[in-house]
Amino acid sequence: MESVIERIQKGHFSHFHGGIHPPEQKFLTSTKPIASAQIPEQLIIPVRQHIGQAGDIIVAVGDKVLKGQALSASNSPMQLPVHAPTSGIISAIENAVIPHPSGLSELCIIITPDHEDTWRKRTICPDHHLLSKDQILEKIANSGIAGMGGAGFPTQVKVSTLAKINYLIINAAECEPYITADDLLIQEHSPTVLDGIKILDHLLAPKNILIGIEDNKAKAIETLQKATADIAHIHVCVIPTKYPSGGEKQLIKILTNQEVPSGVLPSSLGIVMQNVATCFAIADAVINDTPLIKRVVTVSGQALDKPQNIWSLIGTPVGFLTQHCDYKNRQHKHLIMGGPMMGFSLSNDQIPVIKSTNCILAPSEAEIESPYSTGTKEVECIRCGQCADVCPAQLLPQELQWSAKAKDQQQLTKLNLFDCIECGACAYVCPSQIPLVHYYRVAKAEIRQQKLLDIKAEKAKVRFEARKERLEREKIARAEKHKKAAEARKARMNSGTSEAKTEKSAVAAALARVKAKKAQASTDDHKINSEPESTNEQASDKKDQVANAIARAKAKKLAKQAQLKEGQATENLTTDNDKEASISAKLDNVTVSDKKAKVAAAIAKAKAKKLQQAENSNDSLSTDTQAKSDEDKKAKVAAAVAKAKAKAKAKAAERTQDDKPDVLVANDNVASAIDVDASSAKIDIASTQSAAELKKARIAATIEKAKAKAKAKSSLTEETIKTEAKSSLAEETIKTEATAITEAPIPGAAELKKAKVAAAVAKAKAKKLAAQAQKVAEPENSEQGDDDNVIASATDSKKARIAAAVAKAKAKKLAADTNKSPTSE
Amino acid sequence: MAFWIASSPHNHQQSETSGLMRLVIYATIPGIFAQWYFFGWGNLIHIAMAITIVLVAEFAVLSLREKKIRPQLFDGSAILTAVLLGISLPALAPWWITIIGSLFAIIVVKQLYGGLGHNPFNPAMAAYVMLLISFPVQMTQWQPPLPLLAIDLQFADTLSLIFSGYTPQGYSVEQIRTHVDGFTMATPLDTVKTNITLGLTVVESMESPIIGKHFGIGWEWINAGFLLGGLFLLTKKAIHWTTPLSFLTSLFICSFIAFILSPDSSASTMFHWFSGATMLGAFFILTDPVSGATSVKGRLIFGALAGLLVYLIRKFGGYPDAVAFAVLLCNMAAPLIDQYTRPRTYGHNLGVKK
Ligand code: SF4
Ligand code: SF4
Repeated sequence: MESVIERIQKGHFSHFHGGIHPPEQKFLTSTKPIASAQIPEQLIIPVRQHIGQAGDIIVAVGDKVLKGQALSASNSPMQLPVHAPTSGIISAIENAVIPHPSGLSELCIIITPDHEDTWRKRTICPDHHLLSKDQILEKIANSGIAGMGGAGFPTQVKVSTLAKINYLIINAAECEPYITADDLLIQEHSPTVLDGIKILDHLLAPKNILIGIEDNKAKAIETLQKATADIAHIHVCVIPTKYPSGGEKQLIKILTNQEVPSGVLPSSLGIVMQNVATCFAIADAVINDTPLIKRVVTVSGQALDKPQNIWSLIGTPVGFLTQHCDYKNRQHKHLIMGGPMMGFSLSNDQIPVIKSTNCILAPSEAEIESPYSTGTKEVECIRCGQCADVCPAQLLPQELQWSAKAKDQQQLTKLNLFDCIECGACAYVCPSQIPLVHYYRVAKAEIRQQKLLDIKAEKAKVRFEARKERLEREKIARAEKHKKAAEARKARMNSGTSEAKTEKSAVAAALARVKAKKAQASTDDHKINSEPESTNEQASDKKDQVANAIARAKAKKLAKQAQLKEGQATENLTTDNDKEASISAKLDNVTVSDKKAKVAAAIAKAKAKKLQQAENSNDSLSTDTQAKSDEDKKAKVAAAVAKAKAKAKAKAAERTQDDKPDVLVANDNVASAIDVDASSAKIDIASTQSAAELKKARIAATIEKAKAKAKAKSSLTEETIKTEAKSSLAEETIKTEATAITEAPIPGAAELKKAKVAAAVAKAKAKKLAAQAQKVAEPENSEQGDDDNVIASATDSKKARIAAAVAKAKAKKLAADTNKSPTSE
Repeated sequence: MAFWIASSPHNHQQSETSGLMRLVIYATIPGIFAQWYFFGWGNLIHIAMAITIVLVAEFAVLSLREKKIRPQLFDGSAILTAVLLGISLPALAPWWITIIGSLFAIIVVKQLYGGLGHNPFNPAMAAYVMLLISFPVQMTQWQPPLPLLAIDLQFADTLSLIFSGYTPQGYSVEQIRTHVDGFTMATPLDTVKTNITLGLTVVESMESPIIGKHFGIGWEWINAGFLLGGLFLLTKKAIHWTTPLSFLTSLFICSFIAFILSPDSSASTMFHWFSGATMLGAFFILTDPVSGATSVKGRLIFGALAGLLVYLIRKFGGYPDAVAFAVLLCNMAAPLIDQYTRPRTYGHNLGVKK
């Protein structure tokens, strides 16, 4: 290690590869003193001026702030606060163009200064040795100090490294042409700079402190040497002028002959580098409690009458500074922030000075007539290799350029594009005037973008695969569960216990239910199914009830017809209709206080008649199947319609009136009465058989009925019958279920068959009845209670047909009842 | 109020490819002057013809390729090619040799490969080799230096010779090449080579009138002229010192070894340096950046390889001069050399170094 120092003391330095000697142009400003800070009309302070995250804004628009007051707070080391450079009022917090090569906008705090420049309270600390390291670090962090040489890395992060530090390097090289800010700062403020260096010394305790300064700054070198003469471990290293010796890696190479491995921080080599201006800011912060609110900015270029260094408040618009230096207003303005090699053009002059702004360049047109500024004169690369000769990173700029043009990202990475420090040396020398650095920037951005996309895609892939796996797992788990359950069930069923039996029957019942539901769905209005279930579902299904009512009416008619046939009643169908009309009229005049009751009573009567006709065998049944308290009005209305018909029937058979009291018991069950009438036989069956079988039986009955109708073509046209049959049930369902029924040995089936035989007799009548019912159904649907108003709209007729089918079914059942009842008795 | 927006760096050393080319062309002047002085107008006529042809060819091709014509036409590279070709051709070669050579150089060797920067071979040398192989007779009709000529060759005579094959007085090229003593004269390299095969020693060959006092009448001065031009380019940093140095060193070492081993059958090192196209090749052809190696190490290898090849072909090959062949062979090797001489990027593979 000592040899390095010895070598330095002898004035021997290592060399980095390449490098160039662009015209320095430092004389423009190097001899003039730093002008003091002026307060502009407006200060634009970007919230984020360093590498890292922006601090949290702690002021609001309209707030009055004092000079040095923090405008944002930091919660993490990579967050840095910004401070008010002077006292004034926050006039806005909004997005504004920030100094960045891309010219993008970011959040800025805009202060309208009050020109009083009132300080907040400060506590001066004359001796930093009294402070602990943590206190110093905190002060540095709270002062918002970031590297002022260009990169803007938070200083306290850099100096709080735990690594053992061999060399603290103070970068005063200032290799960019034109810039003299550090030079002047050293010349005028060497004591403060030295204080800063001492504070860093205190913090980092390095073995040696090397101040790297290019040999073109004679005055500054002299000042530094004088100031540090009595400090043994501080060495002022006067290095040959060569661009870019001020680059961190290059300066390290020059001074220590070490190369910083790619992708590693210098601290891993025991080296920390700080800029001169940063040292000044540290001293100011620690000793004077002054946050970083101003800096020296070189305002230079031949387009200015008075190029000079200026103490500028952070946030000062560039235009204010150039104006101060008498910018010759020309047509084509070209303002560069930073030096001519690495600086970037500004899109307007309202862009503010920030912590890392060391230079504002306003070149005249003749001065910087770069092909990159005045429209490209780019020609093909002639492989001259000059770029590679000057590249301080020892890259192959020409090959990088080819790959960049070919967008060969893999090759670019292989050629170490990311080790390019964008110093611009290659483009400076390129005889083909290829804007090499521009190509690299674009390529770098593209690769970064691609990486982001790759990461995203990778994440998405991982997510997708995790999901797939999870679903697969769940599927397997589910399958296993099902298997187990099925096995358990099987085992239980096979065990022969009563439990198993109930389960079996439950399964069967469930299956039956499912079938029933299908059947229901297949019929438009669930009429057929709702009948047997009406005992359970009455209240829930209004339509069913309406249909029931229709069915009831038909059933009655059927009954009448049966009577007719038997010679008990003498009315024929045609007159029946007329009579019904007159009866309905009469019904209105009935003087019973409760109309509904009457209606119900009428229905009951009708039923009672039928029952009587069925030789009164159903009396007991009807009373058994009571206890339904349906208050549905519609049902009643429908029932009223039926009642009307019933009355007509009643008139036709007056002798059945004796039975009234009996039937009145069932009055409450307005709708259920229908079932009592029409499907009492079924209810019987239901009591002995499972519900499913009952349904099947009924369905079968319906099918039979339909067939029966088909046979009894004599009184109705074939078409009607067919449509009726079709609409009443989906044929397929019927067939499958019918077969199921025939296969299943149902006790009631035999009876039903008999009933069907009987029904066959009544078939002919039923069809006629159906025809009538069709007509009747329509007025019923419209709740008019009038049989005569036959409206033949298409939809209604359909419903009517269905209803007719239902009615037919009932008729058959009824017939079956009539059949069965005698046999059972 | 418009603001310039530009990418950094904002300044530039103001060199231009065309400027570079111009400089190289200027640097050939001393050599061309020597050529003119010793061999008359022949090469100048060829150079002028070649320049005209290449410009026409370049213009035609650029128009066809719909490229920007102006900047590329006058970037100097085509003119340089023409100059180099004109210098290399035998002074009295017929006019169509130049035309074919120029067209081939521009259309095939340069533009078909994609134009400036993309041609893998040096156009002038590729054209030269093509001509040499296709038209060996015309391409070996070397004109003896003027002082040795029996006939006084003026500009008009030369022009007539090139275009018609005869001087206005009716002398043919063959007659002009014949020495007063009645033998056909060749280049010094040819002479030495032939003499060696005839069993004469090199020292005896040096007695030949064509050799003159040193290494060949005129040839030594032409080479000196190109050396001068080359040094001028070096001072101007228009070319890199590596290639000429390694080429000349390599040639020197090879010829030196051979000379040590067999002084009778080997020409001296300086004979190799100052005869034929050695200096032209060293400073003007091998340094062509487009078809050469790019890195310093690569160039050193490139030059050394060229030197070795030149020597080997001169010594053992069928053709007396070898620069053109050596250059083409090296051009082929250049990408490979580049591939294996990539510099170590700063901060990479530090372990190797330590
Ligand atoms: S910009 Fe990049 S490639 Fe060009 S010289 Fe600088 S480091 Fe090398
Ligand atoms: S300096 Fe320009 S022309 Fe020369 S090799 Fe590099 S990129 Fe190509």
